[in-house]
Amino acid sequence: MTASRRRSKTKNEVRGMSTQSVPQDRADSDRSRKEVVLSGNMAVAHALRQVDPHVFPGYPITPSTKIMEMVASFIANGEMQCELVAVESEHSALSVAVGAAAAGARVASATSSQGLAFMWEMLYIAAGSQLPMVLAVGNRALSAPINGFSDHGEAMGARDSGWLQFHSESVQETYDNIVQAFRIGEDRRVRLPVMVCLDGFVLTHTSENIFLENDEAIRNFVRPYRTEYTLLNPDRPVSYGLGDPPEFYMEHKMRQQAGMERALQVIEEVGAEFGRCFGRHYGLLDPYRMEDAEVAIVILGSEAGRVKNVVDELRASGKKAGVLRIRFVRPFPDEQIVKHLLPLRAVAVMDRSYAPGAVGAPVFQEIRSSLYEYRGGAPHVINRIYGLGGRELRAADVRTIFSELDSLRAGNESVPAIRLVGLRGEPLPNWRDQQAFKMPVGQS
Amino acid sequence: MPNPELLLASKHSEPMASGHSLCAGCAAGVIVRQVIMSVEDPVVVANATGCLEVCTGVYPVTSWNVSWIHNAFANVAATLSGVESAYRALRKRGEIPAREIKFVAFGGDGGTYDIGLQSLSGVMERGHDLVYVCYDNGAYMNTGVQRSSATPLGANTSTSPAGNLTSGKAELRKDMTAIAEAHGIPYVAQSSPGYYMDLMHKARRAFQTKGPAFLNVLSPCPLGWASEPTDSLVLARLAVDTCMWPLFEIAKGQFSLTYLPLEKKPVVEWLKLQGRFRHLFQSDHQNLIDQIQSGVDQNWQKILERAGSAVPSFAGPADSDRWGY
Repeated sequence: MTASRRRSKTKNEVRGMSTQSVPQDRADSDRSRKEVVLSGNMAVAHALRQVDPHVFPGYPITPSTKIMEMVASFIANGEMQCELVAVESEHSALSVAVGAAAAGARVASATSSQGLAFMWEMLYIAAGSQLPMVLAVGNRALSAPINGFSDHGEAMGARDSGWLQFHSESVQETYDNIVQAFRIGEDRRVRLPVMVCLDGFVLTHTSENIFLENDEAIRNFVRPYRTEYTLLNPDRPVSYGLGDPPEFYMEHKMRQQAGMERALQVIEEVGAEFGRCFGRHYGLLDPYRMEDAEVAIVILGSEAGRVKNVVDELRASGKKAGVLRIRFVRPFPDEQIVKHLLPLRAVAVMDRSYAPGAVGAPVFQEIRSSLYEYRGGAPHVINRIYGLGGRELRAADVRTIFSELDSLRAGNESVPAIRLVGLRGEPLPNWRDQQAFKMPVGQS
Repeated sequence: MPNPELLLASKHSEPMASGHSLCAGCAAGVIVRQVIMSVEDPVVVANATGCLEVCTGVYPVTSWNVSWIHNAFANVAATLSGVESAYRALRKRGEIPAREIKFVAFGGDGGTYDIGLQSLSGVMERGHDLVYVCYDNGAYMNTGVQRSSATPLGANTSTSPAGNLTSGKAELRKDMTAIAEAHGIPYVAQSSPGYYMDLMHKARRAFQTKGPAFLNVLSPCPLGWASEPTDSLVLARLAVDTCMWPLFEIAKGQFSLTYLPLEKKPVVEWLKLQGRFRHLFQSDHQNLIDQIQSGVDQNWQKILERAGSAVPSFAGPADSDRWGY
C-alpha cells in the first residue's frame, strides 16, 4: 500500500468508479480535515466518535479491543454522547444491539473471530429482523488451534447470516467504510445490518496517514437516524420477533433478499456521494489495471496492496496482469465481477479462509459459480488460499500465482485448481487427491 | 381505604389480549397480567423464547397491546437492557418525548436459571433500570417437559424420568432468588400468582425501584406438572402454605417475609396433586418424600431466622382483604 501504487491506480471509466485513496483536489470546505496517523482501530473509533451512535454495546477481544476502549474514552471525556454498554459476552453485545435498534437507536459495535462466532445466533436475528447496525470486525483466525492472527474465516462463516459485508484494503478505506456503512444499512431500501471488516493487525494495529474528515461534515453525511417502527412509542405499540409460520417465513426471507439486491445500487449511490463530499470515490469493486488485462487475481482485504505492487512489476515487464479487489462479499456483486473477468484468459481467486471438505474456499466458489453460465467463453479459474492464521503472503508467492496463470493460459493442465499458498512441508498436489501430509516438526 | 393495586388494575387497559394459545390453567398469562397491570406507566415487554413467547405472538397476529420484543432464548435480559439503553440515549438527546416508560422482561426458568443466567447476571451487575420476571414452572415445558436447574428434587421429567432405576430428578433445585440477591440489586422478591395481591404489590415496588429488580414467580403448569388446570392457583397457594415457595422480598438489602402461613402444611399436600411426583407415592419412595420435606423445613427455618422479629403481623386469612388470601 505504497503511495506510488496509489498514484498509479487507474479509474474504471466504464463503471464510473474510482477508489482514489488520496484525493488530488481538496475543496475549500474540506480545509478543516486533518491528516493524521491512525491505526485501523483508531480510525474506526474516530469514525464512531463523529457519527456518535446512540448505543455501543461491546466486549473486548483482540485485535478489535482498542475500538471499544477508545469509544469509552471519548465518552469519558465528553466527546461522544453514546451509551456504552459494557456487556459480559459478545452474545449479549449483539443482543443489546438488537434491543436498542428495535427501540429506534443507531447502534454500532466491534468484535473479532471467536467474538463473532459467539454472536452467531444474534447475527441472523439482527438481519432477519431487518435492524440496521454497524459492526466493525477485526478479522482474525478462528480456533482451534487458537491463533489470533489475520484471517477471513470468521467473516466468511458469517457471509450467509444476512449482513452486508465490507472488506477494507487500507486504514483510510476502513474509516470511509464505517461512515458509509451507516448510510447504506439505514437506507429504507436496504434496512440491513452491515459488517465492516478490517484485517486483524495488518489494519487494526498498523498506522497509516489518513484524512480524518471534519466532524460536522461526517455528521451531515450520515444524517440523523429516524426509524418508523420503534418500541418506544407507547401510542403505537409494535411486536418485534414474532413467530413466523411456514406460510410467511419464505416471504420474509425474500424481503431480506430484496434489501440485499437494492443494496447494490445504494452502495454505489452512497459511494458516489461520499466521493463528492470527501474526494474519495467508492463502488462495489476496486479494479486495478484491469482494462486490457489478460490474467488477474481476485482478492479482498489488505493484501490487495501487495498484489497490486506485483502487478505494477509485471506491467513494467510487459505482462498484462490486473487485480480485481472485491469490496463487498454481501451482497455479492456477481454481474459486475463477471463483466470484469469474462474478457480474461485465466483468473486466480485468492481466499484468506478455508472450507474443509468443500471444493475450494468461499469467494472462489461464488466466482466460479457466477461464471458457469458463460462456460464457453469464461476464463480458467483457480483458487489460491493464502494467509491463514496470519501466514505471511510474500510478493514471491504472488509472482508464482501469476506464473501459474500464464502456464494455465498456455494449456498446461497440471496447474492445480486449488492450492494453499506458502504451505510448508509437502504441498498438496491436488485438493481432491490429498497425499499424506506430514507437518515438518521442529522447522520454523 | 381502597387497595391501590386493585384500583389501578381495574382501570388498566388490557396489556395482553385474550386469544393467545397458552394452555388452560397456565399461570404465565395470569402472572403477566398481574405484573403489567400493577403499573401506570407504559411498559415495553421483552420475552425470552419459551411458552409465553410462542403462545402470544405468531405472525400476522399478536396478543400484545404493549410494545413487545422477542429476540432469542438466552438473552432476554440483555435485549431489554439494549432497549432501556436506547431509551436513555434517545431521551438524553431529546429525540423522544420526555415520557416515563417502564421495562419488563419475562423469562421461564430455562431462560433464567439456565441458558439466560449469564445475560441476566450482566444486566443486574450493570444496573439497568428494568424489572426481570421469571415465571418458574420448573422445567422446559415448551419443548416437552425436560428438566432444568429449577426442577425440584424427585420430579419426573422427560430428561429426568422416573424409571425402574431412577426416581425422577436426583438433584436439588438452584436457588435463583439467592443468586439474584447476591448481585446486590435494589429489589429482589419471590412471589406466587396464587397470592395475587402479594404479586401485584411486589410488581409495583419493582417498577418503582430505580435500577434492576428481580421477581421470581412460581408458575404452575398443568402440562409439565401433570395437574388439573383447575388446580393451578390451588397449587400456587399450596406451594406457599407448605413453605416450599416462601413469599419474601429484599428491598435495598432489607429482608421481609411477606407471608407467614397460619398453619404450615406438609409438602405432601403439594406433591400429591401433581402427576410428576406420582411415582413417589406408588413405590417405596417415602425416604425421598422425607428428603423433600426436610429440605423444605431447613429452608423455611433459614427464612424464619432471617426474618427474625420482623415476621409479618398480617399473616393468614385475618388480613385476607389486603393480601388476597
